[in-house]
This record gives sequence, C-alpha cells and structure tokens, in this order.
Amino acid sequence: MSATAWAWLVLLFPLLGSIAIALGFRALPQKLAGVIGTASIGLAFACGVAALIGLLGEDPGARHHASSLWDYASVAGLDIKLGIYLDQLSLFMVLVVTGVSTLIHLYSYGYMQSDEGYHRFFSYLNFFVFSMLLLVLAGNFVLLIVGWAFVGFASYALISFWYRRETATRAGMKAFVINVVGDIGLVLAAFLIFRELGSFDYGTVFEKAPEVFSTNEWTVTAICLLLLVGAFAKSAQLPLHTWLPDAMEGPTPVSSLIHAATMVTAGVYLIARTHVLFALAPTAADISAFIGLATLLVAATIALVMTDLKRAIAYSTMSQIGYMVVGVSIGAYSAGMFHLMTHAFFKALLFMAAGSIIAAMANEQNIDRMSGFGKAMRFTSVTMLCGGLALAAFPLTSGFFSKDEILAYAGARGGMYLIFVVLGYFGAFLTAIYTFRLIFRVLQGEPCLEARELIETGHVHHAHPFNPATGEQEDTDVGFPGPEHHIAESSAPMRVAMAVLAFGALFGGLIQVPGVDNVVSDWLDPVFTGPVLAHVHPSIAWDWIGLAIGGAISLLGIWAAHWLYIADPEAPRRLETRFRGLHDFLFRKWYFDEAIDLLVVRPALAVGRFSNRVFERFVVDGLVSGTEGGVRGASGVVRAVQNGFVRSYALLLIAGFAGLALYFLLSSS
Amino acid sequence: MEAVLFFLAAIGALGGALGVIAMRNPFYSVLALIVHLFSLAALFLLLTSAFVAAAQVVVYAGAVMVLYVFVVAYVGGGGESAWEPIPGQRFLAPLLGIALFVELAVAVLSSSLLALGTDGPDVNAGFGNPAAIGRLLLEKFLLPFEASSILLLLAAVGAIVLASNRRQTS
Amino acid sequence: MNIEWYIVLSALLFATGAMGILIRRSPMVILLCLELMLNAGNLALVAFSRMVGNGQGQIFAVIVMVVAACEVVVGLGLIVAIFRRRLPLNVDDLRELRG
Repeated sequence: MSATAWAWLVLLFPLLGSIAIALGFRALPQKLAGVIGTASIGLAFACGVAALIGLLGEDPGARHHASSLWDYASVAGLDIKLGIYLDQLSLFMVLVVTGVSTLIHLYSYGYMQSDEGYHRFFSYLNFFVFSMLLLVLAGNFVLLIVGWAFVGFASYALISFWYRRETATRAGMKAFVINVVGDIGLVLAAFLIFRELGSFDYGTVFEKAPEVFSTNEWTVTAICLLLLVGAFAKSAQLPLHTWLPDAMEGPTPVSSLIHAATMVTAGVYLIARTHVLFALAPTAADISAFIGLATLLVAATIALVMTDLKRAIAYSTMSQIGYMVVGVSIGAYSAGMFHLMTHAFFKALLFMAAGSIIAAMANEQNIDRMSGFGKAMRFTSVTMLCGGLALAAFPLTSGFFSKDEILAYAGARGGMYLIFVVLGYFGAFLTAIYTFRLIFRVLQGEPCLEARELIETGHVHHAHPFNPATGEQEDTDVGFPGPEHHIAESSAPMRVAMAVLAFGALFGGLIQVPGVDNVVSDWLDPVFTGPVLAHVHPSIAWDWIGLAIGGAISLLGIWAAHWLYIADPEAPRRLETRFRGLHDFLFRKWYFDEAIDLLVVRPALAVGRFSNRVFERFVVDGLVSGTEGGVRGASGVVRAVQNGFVRSYALLLIAGFAGLALYFLLSSS
Repeated sequence: MEAVLFFLAAIGALGGALGVIAMRNPFYSVLALIVHLFSLAALFLLLTSAFVAAAQVVVYAGAVMVLYVFVVAYVGGGGESAWEPIPGQRFLAPLLGIALFVELAVAVLSSSLLALGTDGPDVNAGFGNPAAIGRLLLEKFLLPFEASSILLLLAAVGAIVLASNRRQTS
Repeated sequence: MNIEWYIVLSALLFATGAMGILIRRSPMVILLCLELMLNAGNLALVAFSRMVGNGQGQIFAVIVMVVAACEVVVGLGLIVAIFRRRLPLNVDDLRELRG
C-alpha cells in the first residue's frame, strides 16, 4: 500500500473509534470502550509507522504526496478537494500525535475508571485525535480550518467534561471564545490567500507565492499576521493565552494530551507549514519571534509563584511553546519541531505524574498542602523527576538537546537575534528554578497528611468530593469526577504509559546530538526548501558551546531551587515579603485577565446591552410590530367589505361592472 | 303610428318598473310588475314577435305573477324601516344605476354600432309566429328545449323540497 | 322604428332593476327587481332578433322565460321557508355569512 493510503487509514481509525464508542455507549462495557479507544489510536500509530516506512523507501527530495478522495467544493474558480498532504513534516506530527495519544489513552484507561462519563471521555478523546490528525494531514487551507475548528470544539468538550462544575463550563467557554478569535484570523488569512493566489491547495499556494509576492509586500505580511492570530490563539501565546491556565479544569489526561502535547502545538505546526509565506514576510516572522520570546519570559515568571500544581505546569507549557514559536519564526524549523517532540514527551509525563499526585491528595491541587510524596509514591516521584530534569534541560536529557538547538541557531543568525540567545538562556534559568520548585515542594520534606496515610495504610486518602478551585462541595454523579482516585502505583496501564514517556523524556534527545547524528533535521530539512528566512547553519563547535552554556544554566537553576526550597526554606517567604508588589503582580498573572476583561469583555457586554435595550426594542421590534400593525390595519379594512349584507355585495358587483364598462368604453373610443 | 304605440308601451313599461322599485307595499309592487309585463308584451308585438308576446302574457304575467300573488298573500308585506344600516348605500345606488344606464346608452348610441340605426330587414309574414318558433325549437334548438324542460323539473322538485314541512327540524 | 330605441329602453329598464336591488330590503321585492332585469334582457334579445331577421333571439327569449320561471319558483320557495321559520323577511337581517 502506498504511503498516502496508510495516511488515510491513520485518519480513519480514530474517527471509527469515536463513532463506535459514541453509538454504543449504552451497550459497551466500560473496559471495552477503553480498549476500543486506545486500540484505535494504537492502530493509527501503526499506520503512521507504515507510512514512515513507505516514505523512507523514497528519495528525500520526493517525499511529498498529495492525495484526495473526492471533490469537496468545485464551483466557478474554486476547487477544493478532500485531500491530504503527506510529507516529512506532517508525518512527523502524525507520529508524535498518535504516539503520545496512545500512551495517554492507556493512562486514561486506568485514571478515569470510576468516572460515570467514561464512554463519553473516550469518544471525545478519539474525536480530538481525529481532528488533530485532520489538521496536520490537511492538504489545503479549507480542510486545515475544518480540522482547526474541530480541535477547538474537542478542546471545549473536554475542558467542560465535568459539566456540572460551573468553573469547568466557564473555562470551556473562555477557551472556545478565544479560539474563535484565532479562527477568525485564520479564515481571513485563507480568504486573502485565495484572493491573491487563486487556490487553497498547499502545493499551488506554496509554488505561486514566491512568484506573486515580493518580499515584505503588505499583502503577504497581512496574511502572515492573520495566520499568527490563529496560531497564537491555539498555542496560547500572548495576548490570547488566558484560556490555557483555566483549561486545567479538565481532567488530567485532557490537560496532558491537548494542552501540552498536541493541540497547543498546532500553531507551531501552522507556522512551520506556511514557512514559504513567512519567508516572504520577514517582518511578520520577526514579530512572531518576539511575541514568542515575550510569552516565554512572562509565563516563566508567573510559573515561579503559581500555587496550583496543574496551572504551574500549564504556564510552563506556555513558556516552552514560546521557545518553539521562536524556533520556527527565526528559521530553525527542525529545531523547533524537535523541541515540540521532546516537549510532548516530558510535558505529558509531568501532567501524568501530577495527575497521580492530585489523585493521592483526593483532588487537592494546591502545592502549599503537598509535601513528602517522594517517600509515599516511588514510581510517580521517579517519573516526575525524569520529566522535570528534561524540562529543566539537565545535561543529556531530551530537553537539553532540543532547547539549546534553537538558541544555537539564533546565535548563528547573529545581529538582532542575539537577544533571543540571552533572554532564551535567562528563560531556561527560570524554567529550571520553577520546575524544581515544584519537584522539591511536592516530593521532598515531611510527608503531609495524605502522604502519611498512603505510607501507613497503602490506601489513597478519601475526602468528600469538592471543587479544587473554589472548594465547594460536589457529589460523584455524572458530570463530576468519579468517587475513586487512581494513582499510578495502583494501576498498571498508568505505569506503562508513564514509563514509556519517561524513557522518551530521558533518552529521546539522543537522536539529534550535534555532530553525532541528525535524525530529525535529516528527516525534516528537505521540507524547508525554497525561500527561507536565513541561510544559517550553526557550526558544530558553536552547537556544543551552546549546549555547555545551557547545561551550566540548568544546573545553576536547579541549585538555586535547592537553595530556596530545601537549604533555606524561609528564603521564599523573605523574598515574598520584600518584593510584595512584584509577587502580587506575578501572582495575578500580570493582570492579563483583568486587562482583557476591561478592554474586551466589558465593551462587548455593553454593546450587547445597548443592542437589547435600544436597537432590538425600537428598531427591530418596531419594524416587526410596525409591519404587523400595518398588515392588521389593512386586513381590517379589507375585512370590513365582508359585512354579510347581500345588498352591499350587489353594490360592489354592479360598481365593478360599471367600472369595467367605463374602461371598455374609454379604451375603444 | 308605430312610434306612438312604442312610446305608450315604453311609458307603461317604465312606469311599471318604477312602481316596482318605489312602492312600499310588496303587493303593489307585484301589480306594477304585471303592468310592466303587459307593456313589454306590447313592445314584443311591435317587433313582430307574436309568439313571444303571447308567451309573455300567458306564462309570465299569467303563471309566474300568480305565483307571486299567492306568496305575497301568504307572507304578507310589511313596510321596511327607514334606517339604512349600510353606509353609503342610499347615495351610491342611484348613482350607480344612472352610471350604468349612461354607459350602456353611450355604448349603444355611439357611432360604431351602425347596424342599430336601422329598422331591420323586411321580414315575411310568418316571422315570429308559432309555426316558425315551433320549427326552430324542434329542429335547430332541440337540445336547449330539452335541457330547459329538465331544468323545469329540477326547479319543481327543488321547490317542493324547500317548502316541505321537515318533521325533525321545524 | 329604429332598433336603437328598443335597446336604450332595455338599458333603462335594466338600470332601474339594478337600482331596485340595491335599495330594497324585502326579498320579495328584490326578486321582482330581478324579474325586471330579466325582462329587460328579453326585450333586447327580441329586438336584436328583429334586427337580424331570424328567430334565434326569440328562441333565446323563450328559454330565458323558462329559466326565470324556475328561478322564481325556487326563490319563492326560499321565502316561504324563511317565513315558516319565523325569521325576519329582511335581507339585512339574514347575514350569517360574514367575514
């Protein structure tokens, strides 16, 4: 079978899984639904590997195929096919997405076991994977937008999975609204592309773009800026990032899959896919890089003071995606995608470990109440440590190689881009600090109440179900989390998934060691031919120097965290009181939520109120009631003719006859 | 001579018509109509249609009017109140009547209908007598003749049904 | 005599009958006015028959008389039925069919 046929199968299996579980949710026993869900993604991964084998058998320059099933919309001037575009980049994303998704499905098989909405969960999760694969494999902008929108919906459905929690539903709506803002940007970009280039198809667009556009022409810059709006909304970059921390209301596997490994990387993929357009609009690429840098730093500073475990990891995700955005915006495409892959491994792993710890805490998420789980949960703490080391770019872990490759490329570009190097390393320093802040706070120290209970009795602490954000009491019926809490130690599927990811987090970087092997860049580089932003190849020496600096900074950061949280436990409190203003500013997330509320939400509500009170009442209602009144009046007049008097009918008859006769007399004279 | 007779008959017809519409008592209206019918018969005779004139007198004035007289005697005839419930009727009715007459007159007397200005062709002596009518009825117009007899039957049956005493509802 | 006279007289009688229907309220009198209009039509028919020279108009007039007779029979039957039911014999009061 050809590689594209395998690619179609990749799309088919998650869709079938989702439909099968959705239709059979009453009939299927719980375990079978989980098996179907996991197996469908596993099959998709297998088909992805088969497609990889197919592509490997071809010449590197010819490894791009477009394949379409049928015409989607074929009217005057418009020819959109239901088609996929399989090349190295999309296959890379397919493998990352399906690989990590399979493991997360396996994890959810154990984690969500006591939840009443188990079937719904797996159906939504499969649908999400299908949408993400559609987005990645799409061969034209229309299908990309379709996949984009589906992914947004799946995110909404999964964030508000526990739909009877008001915080969850509100978070889902917030995510969806901000995503729609991004969708607008993407759709407008697609319109502009069609207007200028006459096609939506990737092949045609990327071929014609260098001929039609000159560098930094305003149209191509506008297109790229609009694409950036879409990318930033999906990837939670400034200023459209406020939905990501709130999205942690969803179950932990959701946070792990969607908001760490896959959906939030869609923006990065988009920029990489449309690299031809960005190469023609370097200004837009630079804007994108600077916004990525800003997000990187802002998110890292907020993560330093976050007390909610999942939200801290979410800000870490935002920061790391900032790195990826910087990478693909300055021309380091392979490096950016490599960091995407390694980040998927260690971030998913961190979320899984966090899920295990939160389960042990009976749904409590505040790290101020957690301590000493290192002794209570060995497996979880070891895997959490693996993920944390990779995130902090500890030497020889996967994050070490991927993050520093981006910064080395920036350094090689020189000039203005050195600022990325400096601030990028500063961000890496902060990353190491906040990562190990979490690890030391949660895993080290005297075991807290729940940890002690786990050590002594071996049972997970049981508390009355409550909402971790507001503390209000809940029950465990459908729409709320289930009654039991599953930790990794007690669930084999969770352990298998976490172990595989821990292996990837630790050793996944070894496939792209500078000067030794270049698996990723060899695979991806043929995609990024044609116009590029810069023809830069960092020398291997500079690569290793950059790696050394990065390793040193990582160790420095870990030492700083150790000093703050273990050696001198009072230090954080002293710093907090001394820099009270700064701490509050960071704790309130740089007041972004408040700013958006003031600038966007309140005016929108005011417009809505105005529309209701004035426009709707007077103009619309007036028009409708006016028409109604007019019709009623007119019909009243007409009705008066039917008064029942035979003589008046006779009068009308004779009057009509007289009128007709008059007309004929006049017309014949 | 003919003109004089015409005008006499015309006055009679017109007077009868006006009497029909103007008299308060319906019985007097019936009598006025009888006068009108006789005048019309005279006019028919002036037009050398002897059979039609005879039929007018015998059938119309004789049988139909007798029916009217019977019913008026049975029903009685009250006056009508002066108040007009339909607004504008009292004003519009004469107006429309006059308008109708004027239009028809104009249509008839205008220059384009030239044939009307003649006396008609000279007809033979048998024009309009029963033999000629009978021949036409039974030869050329047999179907209308039969159809009208069926119509008469229907009317008679209908009248009986209408006027019968319905045991259940009355 | 000019046929015109007869036609004009017929028109006048017709208009008179029409006006009578519009003015009078007793069903009896309305039926009489209908008779007026029918007879006016008859007069016109016979006049045209004389003008053309064949007897077709007269045949038509005879058939019209038959129809008029039938109509009178049914109409008077209606009036008798209304009277028997003790309803007012006034077309203005008989107006159930209204909009």
